[in-house]
Amino acid sequence: MTPVVLLTGFLGSGKTTLLQRLLTDPGLARAAVLINEYGEVGLDHHLLDRIDENVVLLKSGCICCTVRGEVADALLNLQSLRDRGEIDFDRVVIETTGLADPYPVLQTLTAHPVLRSHFRGGGVLTTVDAVNATIQLGHRAEAVRQIAAADRIVLTKTDLADAATVEALRIKLHRVNPAAGVVRSDDAVAGILGGLDASNAGLAVPGVQYDHEHGHHHLHHAHHHDDSLGVITFSLTVERPVDWTDFGIWLTLLLHRYGDRIFRVKGILSIAGEDRPVAIHGVQHLVHAPVHMKHWPQGPRVSRLVFILEGLDPDRIRRSFSAFMRLDVADAAA
Amino acid sequence: MCSLCGILGCDDHWTSAVERPGVYTRNTDRQSRRADAARRIRAANRVLGYRRLSLAEWQGTSYVVSSPTGASTVFEALSHLWPEAEALAPRGFDPLDDDLIDWMAKR
Repeated sequence: MTPVVLLTGFLGSGKTTLLQRLLTDPGLARAAVLINEYGEVGLDHHLLDRIDENVVLLKSGCICCTVRGEVADALLNLQSLRDRGEIDFDRVVIETTGLADPYPVLQTLTAHPVLRSHFRGGGVLTTVDAVNATIQLGHRAEAVRQIAAADRIVLTKTDLADAATVEALRIKLHRVNPAAGVVRSDDAVAGILGGLDASNAGLAVPGVQYDHEHGHHHLHHAHHHDDSLGVITFSLTVERPVDWTDFGIWLTLLLHRYGDRIFRVKGILSIAGEDRPVAIHGVQHLVHAPVHMKHWPQGPRVSRLVFILEGLDPDRIRRSFSAFMRLDVADAAA
Repeated sequence: MCSLCGILGCDDHWTSAVERPGVYTRNTDRQSRRADAARRIRAANRVLGYRRLSLAEWQGTSYVVSSPTGASTVFEALSHLWPEAEALAPRGFDPLDDDLIDWMAKR
């Protein structure tokens, strides 16, 4: 299974500059690159130094509405060239248009019956412009979605912004997506890419406070609300093992109804009847195949779920979860 | 084949993923697949009853969701459960609605 790294970020946030830099690293010497652009004429590939047969330009613009098929076709084409021995690659990088919501590309990888046997999500890298991000985040929903979908956030143009602005932005980004590590575009390439794959596989679950005593089956939640963005990061902790079937019905219904407002759901579950935990990782309407982890991370063996969402009441989600999961009144105490 | 989008082999829903290394699934052999489908139908019916719909297995390979007036739809992929159910019950199922939450808490 070849990992596919999605490089996203708002228009002008430095995706191509970052990609140029990443491609000079030996670690990405065998990466195939797909570039998607908004507009009739593709320009970004001219900006890349390394143009070879592994760079494919997806011309038809906005990835949300038209390019899903093209992403699938381009990946199938890469696979067939590899099968014939004409090219070789160990990773694919897709640079998306700045207006794209990363979800359709992830969905293409997961849902396509051929692609899902050859490729897997290798992490979402989102560039954030330290100078303009605060304005973009306030006005453009795509910018918030790109950050919420990120496994790692790369701050660009930090040399053009003062230290206080960068720090304030870091705090804001952490509120929107506490699960994603934040690095700078001038950091070492290893630091930008290292561990990206593991975080995407759901192994890195964001820290949730263990603010409860052990031995009880209480369900806890905590949330942070960024008023300027309308984005809420909300976590649930439940000590009693959950029923996998009930959980599936609940999350499927919740995402069916509210997937456009739930940018991200990520968590680790203690499943009734299973010794090992299961990691869950969803972006909007899509949930990746659940990962059966080899062992529990350090700390209490409790289920933890983190949501990044907008316009929904965390308390209602908690009550809904309790009712669907057959937790009794005591369990549902916050 | 998916009845909504026409894609072949699309029933790889995360709740019952195709068995592969590292992936959690109960979709492993015939027996556990059947047991899991039975559990899922029971769990879904607990919610569907709110709009007087019911779900059943259809010839061991698909699902059929039915309304009390006899309208029914057959579908193959679990990802279509809620869209198909809402087609039969236009008021739908809002998991954050107080009435549905109360209904579920009592069952």
